[in-house]
Amino acid sequence: MTREQILDLYFLEARGKLIELAAFLDRVDRAPGRDDFRLTALRDALRLLGGNQPDRAKNVLTAFSDPTAEPIPAATTKSACGAWPGAAAGGG
Amino acid sequence: MRYIEPHAHMVSRVTDDYVHLATAGCQAVCEPAFWAGFDRSSPAGFFDYFRQLTEHEPKRAAKYGLAHFCWLCLNPKESEDVKLAEEVLALIPPFLARPGVLGIGEIGLNKNSRNELKVLERHVDLAARHDQLILVHTPHLEDKLKGTRLTLDVLRADARIRPERVIIDHVEEHTVKLVLDRGHWAGLTLYPVSKCTPARAIDILDVCGPERLWMNSACDWGESLPLAVPHTALEMRRRGWTPEQIDQVIFQNPLQFLRQCPKFKLAS
Repeated sequence: MTREQILDLYFLEARGKLIELAAFLDRVDRAPGRDDFRLTALRDALRLLGGNQPDRAKNVLTAFSDPTAEPIPAATTKSACGAWPGAAAGGG
Repeated sequence: MRYIEPHAHMVSRVTDDYVHLATAGCQAVCEPAFWAGFDRSSPAGFFDYFRQLTEHEPKRAAKYGLAHFCWLCLNPKESEDVKLAEEVLALIPPFLARPGVLGIGEIGLNKNSRNELKVLERHVDLAARHDQLILVHTPHLEDKLKGTRLTLDVLRADARIRPERVIIDHVEEHTVKLVLDRGHWAGLTLYPVSKCTPARAIDILDVCGPERLWMNSACDWGESLPLAVPHTALEMRRRGWTPEQIDQVIFQNPLQFLRQCPKFKLAS
């Protein structure tokens, strides 16, 4: 497909998702309370979209990932939250 | 259009979903053993689940002309309890001879813990001793990359495992090449929010090529779409894929992997 065809197919969807993300960040800002590691990870990942580097999807997924190599001592929960909380939080 | 749904948890779905799958051109549905959404309280709960997968569910599918196959294991979400896991693994061998059983799956890791790793190694050993195909679940979200690496190491450490007889499921952009480079098959799971959207799955096919990749809905009791594979086929058509290229990915590829188990046969 040409670049124009890709834009015809996906531009409006991508634009919509970007506005959803912007509205989410506004919503978080309006809410009382403090940031946590998830928001920090999201803001870090957003920086990966700005340049012309390839493999953005891979890099964003990697940025949210547990970078450690050793198994954790025990699973204390079954679910994942989408961002690595860091070794201090027992996440890796 | 014809396709194979290689990963669907039909025990969690209503009968209408079988109607929709059959209507959309599904030729066979394959069901890996899964977590029920709550921990089963004893090995007896697993025994009944394995009976459901091998006796009851194939009959339910057959009413709509669908072949039903399954994979057996204790899911990684329940493998923190090693004693329970050992008791459940001991139940599996007699079931392996049943007509619709394709192999051991979906095994793997969930939170990448030491006990999960121990139980994964025991499942791999069970598969090797009984010459079974393996279907691997990779962890969710932030745990996926590390879990994929740990799983690949377990598989490589066992010399009896032939990489082409292992499919590693739920790959995404950051894990797909790790899996393919080791000679395994890789599964793209089509989920509304987590895992892959149809557009991203097709991107991965564009970048990596269609060899040793399949797509599945992994529909279960959570938010998921049983018709995700045919929906993605429609998206492939919009992206300029020919009917032959689509057939390769959604029918021929799963057929090529699954028929390594002689029990996987489709009605002609």
